Amino acid sequence: MEQFEVVELTTDILIIGGGAAGCYAGVRAKEEDPEVDVLIVDKAHIERSGCLAAGINAINAYLNPGVGPQDFLDYIKQDSEELVRDDLIYTLAQGLNRAADKLDQWGLPFLKDEDGNFLPRGTRSVQIKGENIKPIMAQAVRDSGVDVLNRVNITNYLVEDDQIKGAYGFSVRDNKFYLIKAKAVICATGGAAGIYRPNNPGQARHKMWYPPFNTGAGYAMGLRAGAEMTTFEMRFIALRVKDVISPTGTIAQGFNARQINALGEEYQTNYEKNTTPLRLYATIEENKAGRGPCYLDITHLDEEDNQRIKEMFLNMSPGIILQWADREIEPQDEPVEIYGTEPYLVGGHAQAGYWIDTKRRTTLDGLYAAGDVAGGAPKKYVTGAMAEGEIAVLDALEYIQGVDLTESQSKELSEELERVYAPLECEEGVGPSELEERLQKIMDEYAGGLSTNYQLHEEKLLQARRLLKILDQDLASGKAENLHQLMNLHEVIDRVIVARVLVEHLLYRKETRWKSYQQRLDYPERDDQNWFKFVNSVYDQKRDQIEIVEREHIKLGDLDGS
Amino acid sequence: MAVEINKELCNGCGKSKEPLCVRICPGNLLYKNATDKAEIREKRDCWDCAACVKECPKQAIEICLPAEIGGRGSTLQAEKKDGKIIWYLNKVDGSVEKFKINV
Repeated sequence: MEQFEVVELTTDILIIGGGAAGCYAGVRAKEEDPEVDVLIVDKAHIERSGCLAAGINAINAYLNPGVGPQDFLDYIKQDSEELVRDDLIYTLAQGLNRAADKLDQWGLPFLKDEDGNFLPRGTRSVQIKGENIKPIMAQAVRDSGVDVLNRVNITNYLVEDDQIKGAYGFSVRDNKFYLIKAKAVICATGGAAGIYRPNNPGQARHKMWYPPFNTGAGYAMGLRAGAEMTTFEMRFIALRVKDVISPTGTIAQGFNARQINALGEEYQTNYEKNTTPLRLYATIEENKAGRGPCYLDITHLDEEDNQRIKEMFLNMSPGIILQWADREIEPQDEPVEIYGTEPYLVGGHAQAGYWIDTKRRTTLDGLYAAGDVAGGAPKKYVTGAMAEGEIAVLDALEYIQGVDLTESQSKELSEELERVYAPLECEEGVGPSELEERLQKIMDEYAGGLSTNYQLHEEKLLQARRLLKILDQDLASGKAENLHQLMNLHEVIDRVIVARVLVEHLLYRKETRWKSYQQRLDYPERDDQNWFKFVNSVYDQKRDQIEIVEREHIKLGDLDGS
Repeated sequence: MAVEINKELCNGCGKSKEPLCVRICPGNLLYKNATDKAEIREKRDCWDCAACVKECPKQAIEICLPAEIGGRGSTLQAEKKDGKIIWYLNKVDGSVEKFKINV
């Protein structure tokens, strides 16, 4: 084996992932205690890593005047078929506006009225010019004194006596293997794309909604360490501009576009609700019934709107600008076709993630989770992820007072090093792309992907389980020719365990709770009597077994201290 | 998504081992090749975030839609200037539409 240098680092608080949750957690830690050592490790470079790389043009979790945390919670419950972690949503709602104010201070351009109040886009949303949001966050991190390690892919936690005491990772740019010892760890890696076959083929395969580089590493390392996960079965599927996957909220909310079918009918009123999952479900159903394509109608736009809508999309999703240009039309010339994406696991929009308490503590001592990787609180978005990062780090600052760094130079170090680099030694194996496409084909066809209109049922899920088990065995012969491919291979390894756990969740919930996101053909109704509860999972790596556990829903009034 | 790097315009950010686009690509997809130019490993792995397009000081990188999703040759380039991003939309008919956006 080629020689790899082992680099040992120590820090008080290790933050894995430098997105919204991770960056804000780091900055808040240094504000509270300038002496504390904080290290953010990112697989990419925090200047443009994660979901926010391209920018955004609204802050979609904000309490406008007259809206309180309870209103925010009520909305999310209503939008998510009532089954959410009320406590997590309420506690993060309390931090939303503080996070937005901080972004404003850092220099993010908010649109404001004459009195300096943020300009609302909707009840819980304000307008920004957010092309630069990620560089602004990165600058705030640099100014705060937080240490940053870019281009290091964390692969597993360092576990000692059932406590999380750091993490292992490898550089994707040079031959360095990292052992990072920490008193507490905050996982903020984001969710998982690339589990299902994507919407677009060939050269466009990564033209997707969620970043293709968020590959479920945080879920996977948590599972391997025995952390409890929740509600993987509530997948997230975005309703987006067809093919270029540009956001629809900008058009629907920002320009009052009517959502119509091919007959020109506003079809949403024909469905039982107008929630986020139901807008997707309705669109799929209209297509199935022969009333597609469906559109957002922007033919009422005037010249000024035309210009404004193009500028808004340049700030976050330039693909639609190219689509208009390639079709040689202006935005107002045609309604914009909409359709669903492939499914993703993402705790910031739906609720797949670590099972955490109100302090954002996971079920493993010393490990916190925040943002898209944390479960139970849908629609938290950027500011909600930041609020969770803040809650986590404030508790971590107390927690580390009673914790020493681990002394051990464990045998796990050499085991992990060997596991990580083994694919570079493999000469006859299969590359990451083929393994990834195998995974995506299985999930698409047997676990409710795009090609089956997201629908699920028992027999097909059981087939997914069987085929994933075979694929899991094939991972051992995964081959990588360089460090970049090695990262890609570990991304597939991570996604396979996440997919296996997802299939167990999908099998277990025998009702239809969230149409399209989790829709069983064999159990088509919502069944509150039997299923108003959480489906959680714990993976036992030694026995390679996934155990499902049920957790009761807790009413807000019954919570500790709230 | 397709990122096109104009090898005439790219100077590899001079002697820098890590040109600006290579430094920031969220997918680790760009590298400096043997002729000291930025190069993309796999076009099909690009997410289309356009971070490199905006970062390139030589406007050597542009994005376009792949033909599979209707790309017919229009491209976008960007230039950072005086706290603004100037976007150039090069259209199919050869005309250019310009956008100035405050950031």
